[in-house]
Amino acid sequence: MQTKDKIKERLAGKIKDWKEVSARRIYLGINKEDIYGVVEILFKEIGLRFSTASGVDTPSGFEILYHFSFDQAGEFYSLRVLINDKKNPVIDSLTPLFAGAEWIEREIWEMLGINFKNHPNLKRLLLADDWPEGKYPLRSNHES
Amino acid sequence: MSHRVIVPIGPYHPLQEEPEFFQLYVEGEKVVDIDIIIGYNHRGIEKLAEGKHFDQIPFLVERICGICSSSHPYAYVLAVEDILGGESRIVPERALYIRTIVNELERIHSHLLWLGLAGHFIGYNTVWMWAWRYREPVLDCFEMITGNRNNYAMFKVGGIRRDIKEEDLPVIKKLLDELVPAVDMFKGAVMDDPVIQARLKGIGILTKKQAVDWCVVGPTARASGLNIDVRRDDPYGAYDRLDWNVIIEKEGDIFAKTIVRIMELYESVRIIRKCLDKMPAGAIDANIKDIPPGEGIGRVEAPRGECFHYVKSDGTNRPVRHKIRAPSYMNVASNKVAAVGGTISDATITLAAVDPCYCCTERVTVINRPDNHKIMNGWDLIKLSQEKTRKLRGVLLWKI
Repeated sequence: MQTKDKIKERLAGKIKDWKEVSARRIYLGINKEDIYGVVEILFKEIGLRFSTASGVDTPSGFEILYHFSFDQAGEFYSLRVLINDKKNPVIDSLTPLFAGAEWIEREIWEMLGINFKNHPNLKRLLLADDWPEGKYPLRSNHES
Repeated sequence: MSHRVIVPIGPYHPLQEEPEFFQLYVEGEKVVDIDIIIGYNHRGIEKLAEGKHFDQIPFLVERICGICSSSHPYAYVLAVEDILGGESRIVPERALYIRTIVNELERIHSHLLWLGLAGHFIGYNTVWMWAWRYREPVLDCFEMITGNRNNYAMFKVGGIRRDIKEEDLPVIKKLLDELVPAVDMFKGAVMDDPVIQARLKGIGILTKKQAVDWCVVGPTARASGLNIDVRRDDPYGAYDRLDWNVIIEKEGDIFAKTIVRIMELYESVRIIRKCLDKMPAGAIDANIKDIPPGEGIGRVEAPRGECFHYVKSDGTNRPVRHKIRAPSYMNVASNKVAAVGGTISDATITLAAVDPCYCCTERVTVINRPDNHKIMNGWDLIKLSQEKTRKLRGVLLWKI
Protein backbone atom coordinates (compact mmCIF):
# COMPACT_ATOMS: atom_id res chain seq x y z
CA MET A 1 0.00 0.00 0.00
CA GLN A 2 1.23 3.48 -0.80
CA THR A 3 2.14 5.74 2.08
CA LYS A 4 -0.45 8.30 1.04
CA ASP A 5 -3.24 5.72 1.30
CA LYS A 6 -1.85 4.36 4.53
CA ILE A 7 -1.86 7.84 6.07
CA LYS A 8 -5.41 8.46 4.86
CA GLU A 9 -6.53 5.17 6.35
CA ARG A 10 -4.76 5.56 9.71
CA LEU A 11 -5.89 9.16 10.13
CA ALA A 12 -9.46 8.55 8.94
CA GLY A 13 -11.84 11.08 10.46
CA LYS A 14 -9.05 13.37 11.59
CA ILE A 15 -8.07 14.88 8.25
CA LYS A 16 -10.12 18.01 7.60
CA ASP A 17 -8.75 18.62 4.13
CA TRP A 18 -6.21 16.90 1.92
CA LYS A 19 -4.51 18.85 -0.83
CA GLU A 20 -1.92 17.44 -3.20
CA VAL A 21 -0.29 20.45 -4.81
CA SER A 22 1.97 18.10 -6.72
CA ALA A 23 2.89 14.43 -6.43
CA ARG A 24 5.49 15.27 -3.77
CA ARG A 25 3.84 18.12 -1.88
CA ILE A 26 0.90 17.21 0.31
CA TYR A 27 -0.84 19.62 2.66
CA LEU A 28 -3.28 18.25 5.20
CA GLY A 29 -5.37 20.17 7.67
CA ILE A 30 -6.21 18.78 11.11
CA ASN A 31 -7.73 20.06 14.35
CA LYS A 32 -5.29 21.36 16.88
CA GLU A 33 -6.62 18.97 19.54
CA ASP A 34 -5.56 16.02 17.37
CA ILE A 35 -1.97 17.12 16.80
CA TYR A 36 -0.25 14.86 19.33
CA GLY A 37 -2.09 11.71 18.29
CA VAL A 38 -1.70 12.39 14.59
CA VAL A 39 2.03 13.08 14.83
CA GLU A 40 2.49 10.00 16.99
CA ILE A 41 1.07 7.91 14.14
CA LEU A 42 3.04 9.73 11.44
CA PHE A 43 6.38 9.78 13.25
CA LYS A 44 6.41 6.54 15.24
CA GLU A 45 4.28 4.27 13.12
CA ILE A 46 4.66 5.40 9.51
CA GLY A 47 8.21 6.64 10.02
CA LEU A 48 8.10 10.16 8.64
CA ARG A 49 11.04 12.41 9.48
CA PHE A 50 10.22 15.71 11.18
CA SER A 51 11.77 18.51 9.17
CA THR A 52 10.61 21.64 10.96
CA ALA A 53 7.54 23.70 11.83
CA SER A 54 6.61 27.18 10.74
CA GLY A 55 4.17 29.54 12.41
CA VAL A 56 2.28 32.33 10.65
CA ASP A 57 0.07 35.04 12.11
CA THR A 58 -3.06 35.12 9.92
CA PRO A 59 -6.23 37.21 10.37
CA SER A 60 -8.19 34.14 11.52
CA GLY A 61 -5.61 32.94 14.02
CA PHE A 62 -2.17 31.44 14.31
CA GLU A 63 -1.39 28.83 11.74
CA ILE A 64 1.34 26.27 12.38
CA LEU A 65 2.61 24.05 9.62
CA TYR A 66 4.41 20.91 10.77
CA HIS A 67 6.60 19.68 7.94
CA PHE A 68 7.35 15.98 7.63
CA SER A 69 9.44 14.24 5.03
CA PHE A 70 8.94 10.72 3.81
CA ASP A 71 12.38 10.19 2.35
CA GLN A 72 11.89 6.77 0.78
CA ALA A 73 9.38 8.26 -1.67
CA GLY A 74 10.54 11.87 -1.60
CA GLU A 75 7.12 12.99 -0.41
CA PHE A 76 6.73 16.00 1.81
CA TYR A 77 3.74 16.31 4.13
CA SER A 78 2.77 19.58 5.76
CA LEU A 79 0.28 19.36 8.59
CA ARG A 80 -1.73 22.54 8.91
CA VAL A 81 -3.15 23.48 12.31
CA LEU A 82 -5.10 26.64 13.08
CA ILE A 83 -5.20 28.11 16.57
CA ASN A 84 -8.18 30.48 16.68
CA ASP A 85 -7.64 31.86 20.16
CA LYS A 86 -5.34 34.80 19.50
CA LYS A 87 -5.35 35.98 23.11
CA ASN A 88 -4.12 32.80 24.67
CA PRO A 89 -2.84 30.46 21.96
CA VAL A 90 -1.99 26.98 23.25
CA ILE A 91 -1.17 23.71 21.51
CA ASP A 92 0.25 20.37 22.69
CA SER A 93 4.01 20.08 22.54
CA LEU A 94 5.57 17.38 20.39
CA THR A 95 8.85 17.33 22.33
CA PRO A 96 7.71 14.48 24.61
CA LEU A 97 7.30 12.42 21.41
CA PHE A 98 10.71 13.18 19.89
CA ALA A 99 13.57 15.42 20.92
CA GLY A 100 13.95 17.09 17.52
CA ALA A 101 10.93 19.31 18.15
CA GLU A 102 12.36 21.05 21.20
CA TRP A 103 14.17 23.97 19.58
CA ILE A 104 11.59 24.85 16.95
CA GLU A 105 8.81 24.92 19.55
CA ARG A 106 10.90 27.23 21.70
CA GLU A 107 11.45 29.44 18.66
CA ILE A 108 7.76 29.61 17.77
CA TRP A 109 6.97 30.34 21.41
CA GLU A 110 9.30 33.33 21.59
CA MET A 111 8.60 34.65 18.07
CA LEU A 112 4.81 34.27 17.97
CA GLY A 113 3.85 33.78 21.60
CA ILE A 114 2.23 30.37 21.13
CA ASN A 115 2.33 28.25 24.26
CA PHE A 116 3.32 24.60 24.00
CA LYS A 117 1.64 22.44 26.62
CA ASN A 118 3.89 19.82 28.27
CA HIS A 119 7.07 21.24 26.75
CA PRO A 120 9.86 20.25 29.16
CA ASN A 121 12.09 23.26 28.59
CA LEU A 122 10.13 26.23 27.26
CA LYS A 123 12.66 29.05 27.43
CA ARG A 124 14.18 31.49 24.97
CA LEU A 125 16.29 30.14 22.15
CA LEU A 126 17.26 32.99 19.83
CA LEU A 127 16.05 36.30 21.25
CA ALA A 128 18.33 38.37 23.44
CA ASP A 129 18.03 38.20 27.22
CA ASP A 130 16.97 41.87 27.40
CA TRP A 131 14.19 41.49 24.83
CA PRO A 132 10.99 42.72 26.53
CA GLU A 133 8.51 40.13 27.80
CA GLY A 134 5.30 39.81 25.85
CA LYS A 135 6.66 41.25 22.60
CA TYR A 136 6.53 38.81 19.73
CA PRO A 137 8.47 39.90 16.64
CA LEU A 138 6.72 37.69 14.11
CA ARG A 139 3.22 38.74 15.08
CA SER A 140 1.62 40.95 12.44
CA ASN A 141 0.96 43.76 14.92
CA HIS A 142 4.62 43.95 15.93
CA GLU A 143 6.24 47.26 15.06
CA SER A 144 9.88 46.95 14.18
CA MET B 1 31.00 11.16 45.93
CA SER B 2 31.69 12.87 42.65
CA HIS B 3 31.72 16.60 42.39
CA ARG B 4 29.92 18.31 39.51
CA VAL B 5 31.61 21.28 37.83
CA ILE B 6 30.45 23.48 34.95
CA VAL B 7 32.99 24.04 32.18
CA PRO B 8 31.88 26.93 29.98
CA ILE B 9 32.87 26.95 26.30
CA GLY B 10 31.86 30.28 24.86
CA PRO B 11 29.89 32.58 24.39
CA TYR B 12 32.62 33.05 21.81
CA HIS B 13 33.97 29.63 20.99
CA PRO B 14 37.78 29.75 21.10
CA LEU B 15 38.18 27.24 18.27
CA GLN B 16 35.01 27.33 16.23
CA GLU B 17 35.28 31.10 16.16
CA GLU B 18 31.58 31.75 16.22
CA PRO B 19 29.34 32.90 19.03
CA GLU B 20 27.77 29.89 20.70
CA PHE B 21 27.80 28.81 24.28
CA PHE B 22 28.18 25.25 25.52
CA GLN B 23 27.96 24.63 29.22
CA LEU B 24 29.47 21.26 30.00
CA TYR B 25 28.51 19.69 33.30
CA VAL B 26 31.43 17.48 34.21
CA GLU B 27 32.20 15.01 36.96
CA GLY B 28 35.93 14.52 36.90
CA GLU B 29 36.76 14.13 33.22
CA LYS B 30 33.34 12.87 32.25
CA VAL B 31 30.68 15.05 30.63
CA VAL B 32 27.38 14.23 32.33
CA ASP B 33 25.13 16.92 30.84
CA ILE B 34 25.32 19.83 28.45
CA ASP B 35 23.43 23.07 27.93
CA ILE B 36 23.54 24.55 24.45
CA ILE B 37 22.80 28.26 24.36
CA ILE B 38 22.51 29.91 20.97
CA GLY B 39 21.03 33.12 19.61
CA TYR B 40 24.13 35.37 19.71
CA ASN B 41 24.13 35.46 15.93
CA HIS B 42 20.40 35.99 15.45
CA ARG B 43 19.81 38.67 12.82
CA GLY B 44 16.09 38.32 12.20
CA ILE B 45 16.46 37.33 8.56
CA GLU B 46 12.97 35.81 8.34
CA LYS B 47 11.52 39.14 9.44
CA LEU B 48 13.79 41.07 7.05
CA ALA B 49 12.65 38.85 4.16
CA GLU B 50 9.05 39.94 4.70
CA GLY B 51 10.12 43.47 3.78
CA LYS B 52 11.97 42.59 0.58
CA HIS B 53 10.61 41.69 -2.82
CA PHE B 54 11.06 38.25 -4.32
CA ASP B 55 14.09 39.19 -6.41
CA GLN B 56 15.99 40.73 -3.50
CA ILE B 57 15.67 37.78 -1.16
CA PRO B 58 18.36 35.55 -2.78
CA PHE B 59 20.91 38.26 -1.93
CA LEU B 60 19.64 38.35 1.63
CA VAL B 61 19.55 34.60 2.25
CA GLU B 62 22.96 33.88 0.77
CA ARG B 63 24.33 36.08 3.53
CA ILE B 64 22.89 33.78 6.21
CA CYS B 65 26.12 31.84 5.98
CA GLY B 66 29.25 32.36 3.96
CA ILE B 67 29.72 28.63 3.45
CA CYS B 68 26.19 27.76 2.35
CA SER B 69 25.86 30.79 0.15
CA SER B 70 24.51 28.68 -2.68
CA SER B 71 22.32 26.29 -0.67
CA HIS B 72 20.17 28.96 0.96
CA PRO B 73 19.34 30.93 -2.20
CA TYR B 74 18.86 27.64 -4.03
CA ALA B 75 16.35 26.38 -1.46
CA TYR B 76 14.61 29.74 -1.58
CA VAL B 77 14.25 29.82 -5.38
CA LEU B 78 13.05 26.20 -5.27
CA ALA B 79 10.35 27.24 -2.80
CA VAL B 80 9.20 30.09 -5.05
CA GLU B 81 9.38 27.85 -8.11
CA ASP B 82 7.27 25.33 -6.17
CA ILE B 83 4.52 27.98 -6.12
CA LEU B 84 4.99 28.39 -9.87
CA GLY B 85 4.67 24.67 -10.60
CA GLY B 86 8.09 23.18 -9.89
CA GLU B 87 11.70 23.78 -10.88
CA SER B 88 11.85 21.18 -13.64
CA ARG B 89 8.83 22.66 -15.40
CA ILE B 90 10.03 26.24 -15.67
CA VAL B 91 13.81 26.41 -15.38
CA PRO B 92 15.82 25.90 -18.61
CA GLU B 93 17.88 22.72 -18.82
CA ARG B 94 21.27 24.46 -18.91
CA ALA B 95 20.45 26.40 -15.76
CA LEU B 96 19.64 23.14 -13.94
CA TYR B 97 23.12 21.82 -14.71
CA ILE B 98 24.86 25.04 -13.70
CA ARG B 99 22.88 25.11 -10.46
CA THR B 100 24.07 21.57 -9.77
CA ILE B 101 27.70 22.45 -10.49
CA VAL B 102 27.65 25.46 -8.16
CA ASN B 103 25.95 23.41 -5.45
CA GLU B 104 28.53 20.62 -5.66
CA LEU B 105 31.51 22.98 -5.76
CA GLU B 106 30.10 24.39 -2.55
CA ARG B 107 30.00 20.92 -1.01
CA ILE B 108 33.64 20.36 -1.95
CA HIS B 109 34.88 23.58 -0.40
CA SER B 110 32.70 23.10 2.67
CA HIS B 111 33.83 19.52 3.33
CA LEU B 112 37.47 20.52 2.86
CA LEU B 113 36.92 23.36 5.30
CA TRP B 114 35.46 20.98 7.86
CA LEU B 115 38.21 18.44 7.33
CA GLY B 116 40.82 21.11 7.98
CA LEU B 117 39.04 22.36 11.08
CA ALA B 118 38.56 18.83 12.40
CA GLY B 119 42.30 18.28 12.01
CA HIS B 120 42.94 21.54 13.81
CA PHE B 121 40.61 20.59 16.67
CA ILE B 122 42.38 17.32 17.35
CA GLY B 123 45.77 18.97 17.14
CA TYR B 124 46.64 17.66 13.71
CA ASN B 125 47.47 20.95 12.10
CA THR B 126 49.09 19.43 9.02
CA VAL B 127 45.67 18.23 7.86
CA TRP B 128 44.34 21.71 8.50
CA MET B 129 46.98 23.41 6.36
CA TRP B 130 46.74 20.87 3.54
CA ALA B 131 42.94 20.77 3.44
CA TRP B 132 42.72 24.54 3.25
CA ARG B 133 45.47 24.65 0.69
CA TYR B 134 43.28 22.51 -1.60
CA ARG B 135 40.16 24.47 -0.69
CA GLU B 136 41.73 27.67 -1.97
CA PRO B 137 41.66 26.72 -5.71
CA VAL B 138 37.97 25.80 -5.31
CA LEU B 139 37.27 29.31 -4.06
CA ASP B 140 39.35 30.72 -6.92
CA CYS B 141 37.20 28.65 -9.27
CA PHE B 142 34.11 30.20 -7.70
CA GLU B 143 35.58 33.63 -8.23
CA MET B 144 36.17 32.79 -11.87
CA ILE B 145 32.64 31.48 -12.45
CA THR B 146 30.63 33.88 -10.32
CA GLY B 147 32.94 36.82 -9.65
CA ASN B 148 33.09 36.16 -5.93
CA ARG B 149 34.58 33.65 -3.52
CA ASN B 150 31.50 33.68 -1.32
CA ASN B 151 27.99 35.06 -1.80
CA TYR B 152 27.90 34.07 -5.44
CA ALA B 153 24.65 35.78 -6.46
CA MET B 154 24.07 33.01 -9.00
CA PHE B 155 20.50 32.13 -8.20
CA LYS B 156 17.32 33.85 -9.27
CA VAL B 157 13.75 32.67 -9.55
CA GLY B 158 13.43 30.94 -12.91
CA GLY B 159 17.11 30.44 -13.64
CA ILE B 160 20.56 31.72 -12.88
CA ARG B 161 22.19 35.09 -13.27
CA ARG B 162 25.28 34.25 -15.30
CA ASP B 163 26.42 31.51 -17.58
CA ILE B 164 29.57 29.41 -17.26
CA LYS B 165 31.74 30.44 -20.17
CA GLU B 166 33.09 27.90 -22.61
CA GLU B 167 36.67 28.97 -21.85
CA ASP B 168 36.13 28.30 -18.12
CA LEU B 169 35.27 24.63 -18.62
CA PRO B 170 38.88 23.36 -18.98
CA VAL B 171 39.83 25.27 -15.84
CA ILE B 172 37.10 23.57 -13.82
CA LYS B 173 38.08 20.17 -15.25
CA LYS B 174 41.71 20.78 -14.34
CA LEU B 175 40.69 21.77 -10.82
CA LEU B 176 38.82 18.49 -10.43
CA ASP B 177 41.73 16.50 -11.83
CA GLU B 178 44.06 18.04 -9.27
CA LEU B 179 41.59 17.59 -6.46
CA VAL B 180 41.21 13.82 -6.73
CA PRO B 181 44.84 12.97 -5.75
CA ALA B 182 44.47 15.42 -2.86
CA VAL B 183 41.34 13.64 -1.63
CA ASP B 184 43.21 10.33 -2.02
CA MET B 185 45.88 11.77 0.23
CA PHE B 186 43.34 12.84 2.88
CA LYS B 187 41.61 9.49 2.71
CA GLY B 188 44.93 7.78 3.30
CA ALA B 189 45.88 10.20 6.05
CA VAL B 190 42.66 9.54 7.94
CA MET B 191 42.14 5.84 7.28
CA ASP B 192 45.71 4.65 7.74
CA ASP B 193 46.74 6.80 10.65
CA PRO B 194 46.45 4.84 13.92
CA VAL B 195 46.51 8.06 15.95
CA ILE B 196 43.50 9.53 14.13
CA GLN B 197 41.68 6.21 14.44
CA ALA B 198 42.37 6.11 18.16
CA ARG B 199 41.24 9.71 18.48
CA LEU B 200 38.02 9.51 16.44
CA LYS B 201 36.74 5.94 16.60
CA GLY B 202 34.08 5.18 19.15
CA ILE B 203 33.68 8.74 20.42
CA GLY B 204 30.76 11.16 20.06
CA ILE B 205 28.48 8.33 18.99
CA LEU B 206 25.02 9.17 17.74
CA THR B 207 23.09 5.92 17.37
CA LYS B 208 20.57 5.40 14.60
CA LYS B 209 17.71 5.59 17.09
CA GLN B 210 19.03 8.86 18.49
CA ALA B 211 19.50 10.21 14.97
CA VAL B 212 15.83 9.55 14.23
CA ASP B 213 14.75 11.00 17.56
CA TRP B 214 16.72 14.23 17.08
CA CYS B 215 15.72 14.43 13.39
CA VAL B 216 19.31 15.07 12.28
CA VAL B 217 20.14 15.52 8.61
CA GLY B 218 23.02 15.36 6.15
CA PRO B 219 26.37 13.67 6.85
CA THR B 220 25.50 13.56 10.57
CA ALA B 221 22.48 11.37 9.76
CA ARG B 222 24.21 9.34 7.06
CA ALA B 223 27.09 8.50 9.41
CA SER B 224 24.52 7.04 11.80
CA GLY B 225 23.05 4.75 9.16
CA LEU B 226 20.09 6.87 8.06
CA ASN B 227 19.74 6.54 4.32
CA ILE B 228 18.59 10.07 3.50
CA ASP B 229 19.77 12.56 0.93
CA VAL B 230 17.49 15.21 -0.55
CA ARG B 231 19.45 15.15 -3.82
CA ARG B 232 18.26 11.59 -4.42
CA ASP B 233 14.97 11.52 -2.48
CA ASP B 234 13.40 14.74 -3.75
CA PRO B 235 15.64 15.56 -6.72
CA TYR B 236 16.21 19.07 -7.93
CA GLY B 237 18.67 20.52 -10.44
CA ALA B 238 20.16 17.82 -12.63
CA TYR B 239 20.72 15.20 -9.92
CA ASP B 240 18.12 12.77 -11.24
CA ARG B 241 19.81 12.79 -14.65
CA LEU B 242 23.20 11.73 -13.25
CA ASP B 243 24.63 8.58 -11.77
CA TRP B 244 26.11 8.97 -8.28
CA ASN B 245 26.02 7.32 -4.86
CA VAL B 246 24.79 8.25 -1.41
CA ILE B 247 27.47 7.47 1.19
CA ILE B 248 26.21 5.69 4.29
CA GLU B 249 28.18 4.58 7.35
CA LYS B 250 26.71 2.76 10.32
CA GLU B 251 28.90 3.48 13.33
CA GLY B 252 27.67 6.99 14.15
CA ASP B 253 31.02 8.04 15.63
CA ILE B 254 33.21 10.89 14.49
CA PHE B 255 35.34 8.61 12.36
CA ALA B 256 32.21 7.62 10.40
CA LYS B 257 31.28 11.28 9.93
CA THR B 258 34.76 11.98 8.60
CA ILE B 259 34.61 9.05 6.17
CA VAL B 260 31.17 10.12 4.90
CA ARG B 261 32.45 13.62 4.15
CA ILE B 262 35.67 12.45 2.49
CA MET B 263 33.84 9.93 0.30
CA GLU B 264 31.26 12.57 -0.61
CA LEU B 265 34.09 14.64 -2.06
CA TYR B 266 34.64 11.91 -4.68
CA GLU B 267 30.93 11.84 -5.47
CA SER B 268 30.84 15.62 -5.85
CA VAL B 269 33.76 15.50 -8.27
CA ARG B 270 31.95 12.78 -10.19
CA ILE B 271 28.72 14.80 -10.34
CA ILE B 272 30.47 17.95 -11.58
CA ARG B 273 32.39 16.03 -14.25
CA LYS B 274 29.17 14.49 -15.54
CA CYS B 275 27.45 17.87 -15.50
CA LEU B 276 30.24 19.42 -17.55
CA ASP B 277 29.98 16.62 -20.10
CA LYS B 278 26.20 16.57 -20.39
CA MET B 279 25.40 20.26 -20.00
CA PRO B 280 23.34 21.37 -23.01
CA ALA B 281 23.58 24.80 -24.61
CA GLY B 282 20.68 27.20 -24.39
CA ALA B 283 18.93 29.76 -22.23
CA ILE B 284 19.74 30.13 -18.56
CA ASP B 285 16.75 32.13 -17.38
CA ALA B 286 12.98 31.78 -17.77
CA ASN B 287 12.31 35.48 -17.04
CA ILE B 288 9.66 35.04 -14.40
CA LYS B 289 7.77 38.28 -13.75
CA ASP B 290 4.94 37.61 -11.31
CA ILE B 291 4.62 35.27 -8.37
CA PRO B 292 1.02 34.08 -7.90
CA PRO B 293 -0.55 33.57 -4.47
CA GLY B 294 0.28 30.23 -2.90
CA GLU B 295 2.82 28.47 -0.75
CA GLY B 296 5.90 26.53 -1.68
CA ILE B 297 8.60 24.44 -0.10
CA GLY B 298 12.19 24.23 -1.27
CA ARG B 299 14.68 21.65 -0.02
CA VAL B 300 18.35 21.46 -0.88
CA GLU B 301 20.97 19.04 0.39
CA ALA B 302 23.45 21.57 1.72
CA PRO B 303 26.92 20.30 2.77
CA ARG B 304 25.51 19.91 6.29
CA GLY B 305 22.16 18.40 5.33
CA GLU B 306 18.66 19.35 4.34
CA CYS B 307 18.24 23.10 4.03
CA PHE B 308 14.56 23.99 4.17
CA HIS B 309 12.76 27.12 2.95
CA TYR B 310 9.03 27.78 3.05
CA VAL B 311 7.59 30.76 1.21
CA LYS B 312 4.01 31.99 1.35
CA SER B 313 2.90 34.51 -1.24
CA ASP B 314 -0.33 36.52 -1.38
CA GLY B 315 0.15 37.70 -4.96
CA THR B 316 2.04 40.90 -4.11
CA ASN B 317 5.75 41.27 -4.78
CA ARG B 318 6.75 40.31 -1.24
CA PRO B 319 6.33 37.07 0.69
CA VAL B 320 3.89 37.03 3.60
CA ARG B 321 6.03 34.50 5.40
CA HIS B 322 9.46 33.08 4.73
CA LYS B 323 10.59 30.29 7.03
CA ILE B 324 14.18 29.12 6.92
CA ARG B 325 15.58 26.07 8.65
CA ALA B 326 19.28 25.49 8.24
CA PRO B 327 20.58 21.92 8.72
CA SER B 328 22.75 22.81 11.73
CA TYR B 329 19.55 23.74 13.58
CA MET B 330 18.74 20.04 13.85
CA ASN B 331 22.32 18.75 14.04
CA VAL B 332 23.70 21.02 16.78
CA ALA B 333 20.84 20.10 19.10
CA SER B 334 21.86 16.43 18.86
CA ASN B 335 25.13 17.24 20.65
CA LYS B 336 23.04 16.90 23.77
CA VAL B 337 23.29 13.14 23.38
CA ALA B 338 26.50 12.84 21.35
CA ALA B 339 28.74 14.71 23.80
CA VAL B 340 27.25 13.38 27.04
CA GLY B 341 29.09 10.34 28.35
CA GLY B 342 32.38 11.28 26.75
CA THR B 343 35.32 13.13 28.27
CA ILE B 344 36.01 16.87 28.13
CA SER B 345 38.88 16.36 25.72
CA ASP B 346 36.58 14.51 23.32
CA ALA B 347 33.89 17.17 23.62
CA THR B 348 35.90 19.64 21.55
CA ILE B 349 35.83 17.47 18.46
CA THR B 350 32.39 15.99 19.18
CA LEU B 351 30.79 19.43 19.29
CA ALA B 352 32.47 20.24 15.97
CA ALA B 353 31.74 16.92 14.28
CA VAL B 354 28.28 17.96 13.08
CA ASP B 355 30.03 20.75 11.19
CA PRO B 356 28.18 23.69 12.70
CA CYS B 357 27.87 26.58 10.28
CA TYR B 358 30.63 29.17 10.46
CA CYS B 359 30.78 32.59 8.91
CA CYS B 360 34.27 32.83 7.51
CA THR B 361 33.71 35.37 4.81
CA GLU B 362 35.97 38.08 6.08
CA ARG B 363 38.80 38.91 3.80
CA VAL B 364 41.51 41.50 4.16
CA THR B 365 41.22 44.00 1.36
CA VAL B 366 43.17 47.15 2.27
CA ILE B 367 46.63 47.36 3.78
CA ASN B 368 47.14 50.52 5.78
CA ARG B 369 50.78 51.34 6.18
CA PRO B 370 51.85 54.25 8.37
CA ASP B 371 54.02 55.76 5.63
CA ASN B 372 51.52 55.35 2.84
CA HIS B 373 47.91 55.70 3.92
CA LYS B 374 45.44 54.53 1.37
CA ILE B 375 41.73 55.15 1.64
CA MET B 376 39.46 53.13 -0.57
CA ASN B 377 35.77 53.58 -1.14
CA GLY B 378 33.34 50.85 -2.18
CA TRP B 379 33.97 51.39 -5.88
CA ASP B 380 37.73 51.12 -5.48
CA LEU B 381 37.23 47.80 -3.74
CA ILE B 382 34.96 46.52 -6.49
CA LYS B 383 37.50 47.62 -9.12
CA LEU B 384 40.26 45.89 -7.16
CA SER B 385 38.23 42.72 -7.00
CA GLN B 386 37.40 42.82 -10.72
CA GLU B 387 41.06 43.33 -11.53
CA LYS B 388 41.96 40.33 -9.43
CA THR B 389 39.31 38.20 -11.13
CA ARG B 390 40.71 39.17 -14.54
CA LYS B 391 44.23 38.48 -13.43
CA LEU B 392 43.23 35.17 -11.90
CA ARG B 393 41.45 34.06 -15.04
CA GLY B 394 44.58 34.92 -17.02
CA VAL B 395 46.84 32.95 -14.69
CA LEU B 396 44.58 29.91 -14.48
CA LEU B 397 44.21 29.82 -18.26
CA TRP B 398 47.90 30.30 -18.71
CA LYS B 399 48.70 27.33 -16.46
CA ILE B 400 46.98 24.73 -18.64
